[in-house]
Amino acid sequence: MSPKTLYDKIWDAHVAHEGDDGTCLLYIDRHLVHEVTSPQAFEGLRMAGRTVHAPDKTIAVPDHNVPTTLDRAKGIENEESRIQVEALDKNAKDFGIHYYPVSDIRQGIVHIVGPEQGWTLPGMTVVCGDSHTATHGAFGALAHGIGTSEVEHVLATQTLIQKKSKNMKVEITGKLRPGVTAKDITLSVIGKTGTAGGTGYVIEYCGEAIRDLSMEGRMTVCNMAIEGGARAGLIAPDEKTYEYVMGRPHAPKGAQWEAALAWWKTLYSDPDAHWDKVVTIKGEDIAPVVTWGTSPEDVLPITASVPAPEDFTGGKVEAAKRSLEYMGLQPGTPLNQIKIDTVFIGSCTNGRIEDLRAAAAILKGKKIKDGLRAMVVPGSGLVRAQAEEEGLAQIFIDAGFEWRLAGCSMCLAMNPDQLSPGERCAATSNRNFEGRQGRGGRTHLMSPAMAAAAAVTGHLTDVRELM
Amino acid sequence: MDKFTKLSGIAAPLPLINVDTDMIIPKQFLKTIKRSGLGVNLFDEMRYDGEGNEIPDFVLNKPQYRNAEILVAGDNFGCGSSREHAPWALLDFGIRCVIAPSYADIFYNNCFKNGILPIVLPQEQVDILMKDAEKGANARIEIDLEAQTITSSDGEVFSFDVDSFKKHCLMNGLDDIGLTLEKAASIKSFESKLASERPWV
Repeated sequence: MSPKTLYDKIWDAHVAHEGDDGTCLLYIDRHLVHEVTSPQAFEGLRMAGRTVHAPDKTIAVPDHNVPTTLDRAKGIENEESRIQVEALDKNAKDFGIHYYPVSDIRQGIVHIVGPEQGWTLPGMTVVCGDSHTATHGAFGALAHGIGTSEVEHVLATQTLIQKKSKNMKVEITGKLRPGVTAKDITLSVIGKTGTAGGTGYVIEYCGEAIRDLSMEGRMTVCNMAIEGGARAGLIAPDEKTYEYVMGRPHAPKGAQWEAALAWWKTLYSDPDAHWDKVVTIKGEDIAPVVTWGTSPEDVLPITASVPAPEDFTGGKVEAAKRSLEYMGLQPGTPLNQIKIDTVFIGSCTNGRIEDLRAAAAILKGKKIKDGLRAMVVPGSGLVRAQAEEEGLAQIFIDAGFEWRLAGCSMCLAMNPDQLSPGERCAATSNRNFEGRQGRGGRTHLMSPAMAAAAAVTGHLTDVRELM
Repeated sequence: MDKFTKLSGIAAPLPLINVDTDMIIPKQFLKTIKRSGLGVNLFDEMRYDGEGNEIPDFVLNKPQYRNAEILVAGDNFGCGSSREHAPWALLDFGIRCVIAPSYADIFYNNCFKNGILPIVLPQEQVDILMKDAEKGANARIEIDLEAQTITSSDGEVFSFDVDSFKKHCLMNGLDDIGLTLEKAASIKSFESKLASERPWV
């Protein structure tokens, strides 16, 4: 048998039909659904008189539109947002799929809820009408975003029409230096390969620095595989994975657990498997980083300065010019002198318990800079509850942060959590696109620890100075 | 889905790399539960100022490009979110074809589900067509999907690659779900295998 990558193995285990031209029907083990990209798909089913093929494998939760303020039991003020969430309430009920409504403590960002509830397991195929589905790759699951037509297709058939991607290996060797986190790894990879560097590939992240990461950190790394252009990001499961999964509500139990574990242990890339592309980065070369522009590839160590358009070539020259103008930045300005107005800690990239711990460790006994707006939005109701139990919530509140309820919030600003024009934000989310966090808003992406450090000083800051 | 066979239309030049889906259709327009009506908000924040007035410099606001059916753009077009609202907005505006050196994966797939043809060409050929598009309304570009060719307004012909299955679906306006349901037996047999081999799924 020829050697296979982890991706090859998961792919092969899910092909339900293969056409002569290599077009496959890939069987989908878990379909996650949220309110923004699903209403048209459910409507399509109704119009065609179709049902959900496997409601037991379909899990829905509202996250993008939900208010994160403490008074949200009052309901959603914005009519369109309210209608979208109500549509999901109705669709979940009508089609009999698993559902965590806004009022449920288990509600949260779909990519945090899935793993938390044990829906996401190694070796599975997981899809969702959301590009950050890549997150679930941290479990060694083949997970990627799909459009609404494909959501409808999966609802109706539990399969997806797919052609296989190529294999790319991203190896992070050795140890990380103090102050460097999973977010710095994933941003640094994108900084090196570019936002289209992974196009056409499924990435497997490996190497000692990846093995050393917790499951939370691995989810952060895989979450942003899409920002590198890849269809999906994967990390082979190991003891940390099994330990995280064991005992979760929807994880297998007893004899089924043993059977599952036996299969999961075969899920790794064979030593001489073929890679179409390999990127290697030394862990010790990764610094705490921030973004300066309007593309996630605009990454630099916090110790660097704002670049000039002429530092680039090709289409990037114009793009950099446009980014600097949008961001209101002058070339040559040291990054750690850029003053901020707002701090946002949360999102499917960095809204898990470990992220809140990392930020709280920096904030403990400190106050945020006067005049700053700062908020923490836990990734799920359960993350929020745990953070309260661990005393993290009090640290945030004492520092001057708003302590919010779970949702996507200011990562994409579909709810009222938005930036105003010109407002500059240190954000732990995943996209710094123009207008992403609100029209005219300026986003700098970074790790939770770096965002906490910026909250204390009021400007982008090297977290190592506060450690 | 409307069939796509041949198209002769005005091409609008958008010489930017990394045009993301937040640019194509900002999030405030994702609150709809319909697929239609998004054309007016296509490229909203580039097209209108804070008060909702048209920004005259933006390409689709120029008189010669208001009826554009083709968009010529830079590398990595459609990067970012999976929102199918991006192709819905393009289609609702009247765009049936995008020409660029590369696309983000999800956006690329989403186009085919909506009767939009995303064509990949080498940068130098995109540069030629970008120049052609800059001539305005008199420069019509012709696309022939069957022959897989693009003809510039000067008569220069470029050929392009497209996946044969995607081409077939686009040319015949086929519904993917209908096609897949023809293979229901394969899905059923896969599911019985799954139930015995990986019952925890």
